[in-house]
Amino acid sequence: MNYQWNWHVFLQPTASGDDVYLGWMLSGLQMTVMLSLSAWVIALLLGALMGVLRTVPNKLLSGLATAYVELFRNIPLLVQLFIWYFVLPELLPEAIGNAFKQSNPVFQQFLAAMVCLGLFTSARVAEQVRSGINSLPRGQKNAGLALGLTLPQTYRFVMLPMAFRLIVPPLTSEFLNIFKNSAVCSTIGLLELAAQGRQLVDYTAQPYESFIAVTVAYVAINVIVMTLMKKMEDKVRVPGYMGGK
Amino acid sequence: MKRIALAAVLAAVFSTAVIPPVFAQEASTLKKIKDTGSITLGHRESSIPFSYYDDKQQVIGYSHELMLKVVDAVKADLKLAKLDTKLMPVTSANRITLIQNGTVDIECGSTTNNLERQKQVAFSSTIFVIGTKLMVKKTSGINDFEDLAGKNVVTTAGTTSERLIRKMNEDKQMKMNVISAKDHGESFLTLETGRAVAFMMDDALLYGEMAKAKRPAEWAVVGTAQSKEAYGCMLRKDDAAFKKVVDAALTKAMTSGDAEKIYNKWFMNPIPPKGLNLNMPLSAEMKALYKAPNDKAYE
Amino acid sequence: MYEFDWSSIPGALPFLWDGMKISLEITLLSVVVGIVWGTLLAMMRLSSIKPLSLFAAGYVNLFRAVPLVMVLLWFFLIVPKFIEQLFNLPPGTDLRLTSAMIGFALFESAYYSEIIRAGIQSVPKGQMAACQALGMNYTQSMRLVILPQAFRNMIPLLLTQAIILFQDTSLVYVSALADFFGAAYKVGDRDGRLVEMLLFAGAVYFVLCFAASTLVKRLQKKYHPA
Repeated sequence: MNYQWNWHVFLQPTASGDDVYLGWMLSGLQMTVMLSLSAWVIALLLGALMGVLRTVPNKLLSGLATAYVELFRNIPLLVQLFIWYFVLPELLPEAIGNAFKQSNPVFQQFLAAMVCLGLFTSARVAEQVRSGINSLPRGQKNAGLALGLTLPQTYRFVMLPMAFRLIVPPLTSEFLNIFKNSAVCSTIGLLELAAQGRQLVDYTAQPYESFIAVTVAYVAINVIVMTLMKKMEDKVRVPGYMGGK
Repeated sequence: MKRIALAAVLAAVFSTAVIPPVFAQEASTLKKIKDTGSITLGHRESSIPFSYYDDKQQVIGYSHELMLKVVDAVKADLKLAKLDTKLMPVTSANRITLIQNGTVDIECGSTTNNLERQKQVAFSSTIFVIGTKLMVKKTSGINDFEDLAGKNVVTTAGTTSERLIRKMNEDKQMKMNVISAKDHGESFLTLETGRAVAFMMDDALLYGEMAKAKRPAEWAVVGTAQSKEAYGCMLRKDDAAFKKVVDAALTKAMTSGDAEKIYNKWFMNPIPPKGLNLNMPLSAEMKALYKAPNDKAYE
Repeated sequence: MYEFDWSSIPGALPFLWDGMKISLEITLLSVVVGIVWGTLLAMMRLSSIKPLSLFAAGYVNLFRAVPLVMVLLWFFLIVPKFIEQLFNLPPGTDLRLTSAMIGFALFESAYYSEIIRAGIQSVPKGQMAACQALGMNYTQSMRLVILPQAFRNMIPLLLTQAIILFQDTSLVYVSALADFFGAAYKVGDRDGRLVEMLLFAGAVYFVLCFAASTLVKRLQKKYHPA
């Protein structure tokens, strides 16, 4: 047995002396949660908008929304992240780009990661919203219009409330994905959970303790989110639909 | 639902519980090499000029050539007619684990020998001594570490430089923003695109990164070295027989003048991929090392 | 303004192509294993035998709870030792590709099994009853009646998942394996041209994935004319 297990490593003071290693892990966890939640807000808002636009009769609008979804769905997250962080500031007007680049790096990394994850996920949310709307019986839209509602009103009062209730389960899995995908953001130096785990390995040369701790933390996030979403699913379930049992 | 969650947690606990027995193996590296007729060498992919790929994806560099000398010595020591060498690229993040779990037998790249790492792996005789310095744009007006207060500084995650600069930041209240990039390439990109005013790293590696720049003449390596560090080859812990063969081979290379020839090839002559000359003359520490090889960590 | 310099690309093409082959190999194997093992998992999950359905639920939820990057790290650093001992391979065999493939296949099976489970559930219950009324046993009804219909409904989703998987192969960089993305990154790092190589990689992924998803859409129209 060559490996020296040492679970006390988490309670040792860090090399820079400002904290114990457990503190690093917790701050990483906090970063992962903050990043995922803020990206999720962007994903829901933009995803709902783009999903709706894909179903409207206006060819230009639905075409634009389709292009948006295809663009963000067909490039790997890792590449998108790199483009947001490293390439985009170079393409901005020099004054703005430089101001951004010389700001606090944590702010830069967080902003790039949040926008990237948010837009990446919004394309997937848009697909769910669109399929939710398309799965509604056609009569609902016609009934709304026949009642004298405008098209936006029909969406607002008839179709969307129904569609959103139908797509809660697939949205749950997108919500879980955003937490997992946030692990990719360690590649631009953002100190989230996975990055703190790796940093712990660098500083203490105790890789397995760190891997196990990080894995367990992700599983815990997942269990908590799943439990909460399950409660919500039960609440919003539409009687008489499949999945409603 | 609760049961599903429980099952997932149990499965996680179970899968971690069964790991430990895996490490119960690997008595002697020499025996393993003899039995299998092969040795697995760990190398870096872009630690210029220590261990990196040329444009044909062949591994080259100062540390790599020394490692090949070690391989010859192992072959002679075991009296093998033929010894297969397998190459395995490693990163800063996984190199220690790969040595520990037996995937890689020896790694010569740009790994600092320090006391924490000595708890998990062993180090050969030192193969290189570096100082940690700064790379800056010549026009930036930055000449040393005190000029960095309040500025953005980049370094590579998992290196001694990262540790040193964070500590300096705490101790001297310099209010620097330290960026930890994933690898040296990303660190240099951070510097080149103006996100950071300085890149702190081992001086030899900084010269190596400079060689990749679009206009190498725009950059300079400056500052008082913050620490001296000894690069060594990593070996598995508690394997005195293997370490003896490795150390003997390295000592012979250094005292016979072979190592200096290799040094001149990589630090005083044009090197791939772009044919740039690093022009980094042999330091006093390196001269002392070649005269009296040892495996001491500087920390 | 950043000065772009694309000169590294032509010389690197053979290396990039080797990387692309690795990406495709991993994708293909994971899709095949994922569908087979995913189908079995889905059937276990839906079966009335408690231990089987609990095992499948635990498996699927565990793999879906952990980021792919972490799964790949586990498979890169720990699982190879198991494989070595299991098959008595000489230590030091380069198992990076094998372990990446196994990691991917097992991980993706969890996702495939969820798609397939939904597909099976989308077949009206009456069909199962009808099979049993005809005297078929469980296996027969699954194989001859339920699964063929379920798969027909699922094909677009399964293919879409394959496209996602192809993009996810870029994450094998954690094991320093030179897949397409890894190869592009390495060339960029070596030549100090990361930005250019990553844009190039992004463009290649986009063209391939967009073409593939357009094909999937055609297929979907053919099967389910709206």
